[in-house]
Amino acid sequence: MNEMAKLTIKDFTSDQEVRWCPGCGDYAILKCLQRTLPDLGARPENTVFVSGIGCSSRFPYYMATYGFHTIHGRAPAIATGIKLANPGLDVWVVTGDGDGLSIGGNHLFHALRRNVDLNILLFNNEIYGLTKGQYSPTSHAGTRTPSTPFGSVDRPASPCDYALGSGARFVARAVDTDQKNMPEIFKRAHANKGASFVEIFQNCIVYNDKVFADFAEKPVAAEMQLHVKHNEPMIYGKERNKGLRLNRDALALEAVVIGENGVTEDDILIHNEKSKVLAHMLTALQPPDFPMALGVLYSNPAPSFESAVFDQVDTVRAKRPKADLNALMRDGRTWEVA
Amino acid sequence: MNAPQTSDMKASAIEFEKAEQVTVRFAGDSGDGMQLTGSQFTVSTALAGSDLSTFPDFPAEIRAPVGTTFGVSAFQINFGSSKVQTAGDQPDVLVIMNPAALKVNINELREGGLVIVDRGAFSKRNLQKAGFEENPLENDSLAKYQVIELDISALTLEAVKEFGLGNKEALRSKNMWTLGLILWMFGRNRAPITDWLKEKFARAPDIANANIAAINAGHAFGETAEMSSGLRRYRIDQAPQEPGLYRTVTGSEALAWGLVAGAQLAGLPMMFGSYPITPASPLLHQLSKMKEYDVITFQAEDEIAAICSAIGASYAGSLGVTSSSGPGIALKTEAMGLAISAELPLVIVNSQRGGPSTGLPTKTEQSDLYQAIYGRNGDAPIPVIASHNPEDCFDVAIEAVRLATKYMTPVMMLTDGYIANAAEPWKIPDMKDYTPFPATHLTERPAGSEDFNPLKRDPGTLARVWAKPGTPGLEHRIGGLEKSYDTGHISYDAANHQKMTDVRKAKVDGIAKDIPAQQVALGGDSGKLAIVGWGSTFGPIDQAVRKARAEGLDASHIHIRYLNPFPANLGDLLARFEQVIVAEMNTGQLMTVLRDKYLLDATPLNKVSGQPFKISEILAAIRAALGAGQ
Repeated sequence: MNEMAKLTIKDFTSDQEVRWCPGCGDYAILKCLQRTLPDLGARPENTVFVSGIGCSSRFPYYMATYGFHTIHGRAPAIATGIKLANPGLDVWVVTGDGDGLSIGGNHLFHALRRNVDLNILLFNNEIYGLTKGQYSPTSHAGTRTPSTPFGSVDRPASPCDYALGSGARFVARAVDTDQKNMPEIFKRAHANKGASFVEIFQNCIVYNDKVFADFAEKPVAAEMQLHVKHNEPMIYGKERNKGLRLNRDALALEAVVIGENGVTEDDILIHNEKSKVLAHMLTALQPPDFPMALGVLYSNPAPSFESAVFDQVDTVRAKRPKADLNALMRDGRTWEVA
Repeated sequence: MNAPQTSDMKASAIEFEKAEQVTVRFAGDSGDGMQLTGSQFTVSTALAGSDLSTFPDFPAEIRAPVGTTFGVSAFQINFGSSKVQTAGDQPDVLVIMNPAALKVNINELREGGLVIVDRGAFSKRNLQKAGFEENPLENDSLAKYQVIELDISALTLEAVKEFGLGNKEALRSKNMWTLGLILWMFGRNRAPITDWLKEKFARAPDIANANIAAINAGHAFGETAEMSSGLRRYRIDQAPQEPGLYRTVTGSEALAWGLVAGAQLAGLPMMFGSYPITPASPLLHQLSKMKEYDVITFQAEDEIAAICSAIGASYAGSLGVTSSSGPGIALKTEAMGLAISAELPLVIVNSQRGGPSTGLPTKTEQSDLYQAIYGRNGDAPIPVIASHNPEDCFDVAIEAVRLATKYMTPVMMLTDGYIANAAEPWKIPDMKDYTPFPATHLTERPAGSEDFNPLKRDPGTLARVWAKPGTPGLEHRIGGLEKSYDTGHISYDAANHQKMTDVRKAKVDGIAKDIPAQQVALGGDSGKLAIVGWGSTFGPIDQAVRKARAEGLDASHIHIRYLNPFPANLGDLLARFEQVIVAEMNTGQLMTVLRDKYLLDATPLNKVSGQPFKISEILAAIRAALGAGQ
């Protein structure tokens, strides 16, 4: 391989003026990804961003890569077609809680279960922003919006639970402003050959400001965020003295303090990213009783969909090396008219 | 296989009568194997050198309760020594395997026609299930017809006795016994069918042998029958055909091969995204077998994902193709708009069926023309072309690929359930006779441009450039938001939207310059009356006009393949006729489009019964229009 010049953030930044609201969490995610892609060895010409409809779906316009801003909810299906035409491309899907879990829930489910080699970033702001503030499938029950003036009554969906239930082999979670941990998550998602699902808690400053304040804001972050790492104990807190312990009788996680009630570091559960059961337990943790689990919650790679498709094509082609349409049409029962 | 075979004409008590065209319909329960019987008889007919056309007519239910009228499955074939273009108005011979089949089909038989009935299936219980209060074989309700009652069930059981099959298993060969008798009736060679059975049941030789024994027994039954049995034999001369190599082909086969041929001529790999739906699924089945032809097939999670995957593939540089029937096409509508806006090549095949909603899934109709031409939000024009019979699917599919890639546009190709399932003899084309139309992907930034504009157009065709991901220097963003004509970036500018809307329309309208002028299929290019049709009505219209002209009536047949845009000369051509009748299987959709385009005062001739037009129905309309008596 030729030595290629090291790319920088500029090589991934388009000349288009970004049109999100000032203070929107999307800015931080965009910058972080533009900054991280050069470190992943990504090339603009081989990178495609595909999106649906919604605030987050404007993302491709701001990337100096190939981009396709498609229709509401359908980005995973279009991205699947791109991978079936050219599996060598590096394809990212940017979606939101409405685009990915409401109108496009079906396509997201199938892209995950098939394990198409896509990096799917779901910006979860628990609201419909572009249509001016209606509640979304991830809004807490009781959310008051123009379409639910007395509060929403339906229960919210959990994006990571949905992904795990769909058979995703890579599930991770991040906070929009967390520039320290997000690059590593993008890196892991990119390295996984299959569908990588990343939920990003993204603050909508206009319609749902501070909805994640109980764990995402700076003053509480250390106490309320657990950044999991494979094979490392699940410890958090400003003093690094809090952790998760498995209550074997209740088959549930419990938040404990090291040094209190006889708890030692040996009691703290070690994160195993290959355990789907543990991943489910982690996604269920909710503040204020528990910290929000972030990082790579689950990673258990399997062959990607398109690699299986092309393996099958190769097998058939090896058996039938001649592809002659004239011969095919003349195969079977024919007769000659003189 | 070589020359047509007309052997097996040993001495028999019953002499051959000469016939020009004969229509036979096989009808029985869904489980009686009527489609298989019909398709094997079709092969035999083709090998015997007849021209032919078939009409498989089966229920939407996979296995409706045995013996019920809604579980009746039929297969009609019209064949002869002269040009055959329809499956026949009325059967001359009706083969009936149970009371329900009799009830559903008997009124189709022409008066004086021959009906061969399996008396063994006319049990009290089966009569009840079919809703007969008394046995029609025992009253005079069939007096208009020549009825031959045979206990085919018992005769079959006797014929396959030696193979030790169970009663149920043994009765499965009933259709083959019947086929054997019909092969005898038309002096056909049994070998191609017995060979086929040996191959099909290679792993179950007992089943193969039982079926062969049943065919032989049915054949021998005819061979030893006396004149008094009422059985007849027909000899049909070979039809004059252009020299060449022939096979039978269904619409789905010709369509699949045509799409592959089109992709090859364009020099592109194909990605076919589809979702199962009647009657479009056979295309997915055909293409999924063709992996060595640079075809990827993707059974998507729904109709929307199917078209979206095809659009994604086209964006990535392949030829995206999707296929469905009316209800599925409705679901794809929004994505079609995206392909129009993003200006990507795409072929959308609609195998039409009866509507609205779920409608008549297995019956034919042409009622999706408005949907094809107009059925999208916004001003969203696309080319629409229609095939008129199974073999025509091959050329129309190639044309759809040519237009899609040359003009960077989605193209709707219309066919229907009748065409998809019908079979006819086909002079096999040679790919060497087709001129390639290679599609080009841009490989580098056009000279002199600082920013790459993905909407840079060819001044002639107005098609935009096609730059595929993976190409350095051509990174760009497209999508469904309106884009600037000059830069390709998002634009909400008023004048730009006007310009982009106009250019999308001009691009599609301009295709009229790139398609053949409208020809007259039969008759003069001016005169008293033109019968105008599109799609699968070609056969009955053509035959009706042929008959009318033989009666001295001044009628012409014009059949439109290019429905949007119309050929440039169509308006002038139609204006040269005193009267125009538009015959179509809907309530007047083409007629409305023609009136809209040319202020043409045409008369509708419509049929939406789920069945194709009969020649007689169109002939009656011609006679009425020209003041001729019946």
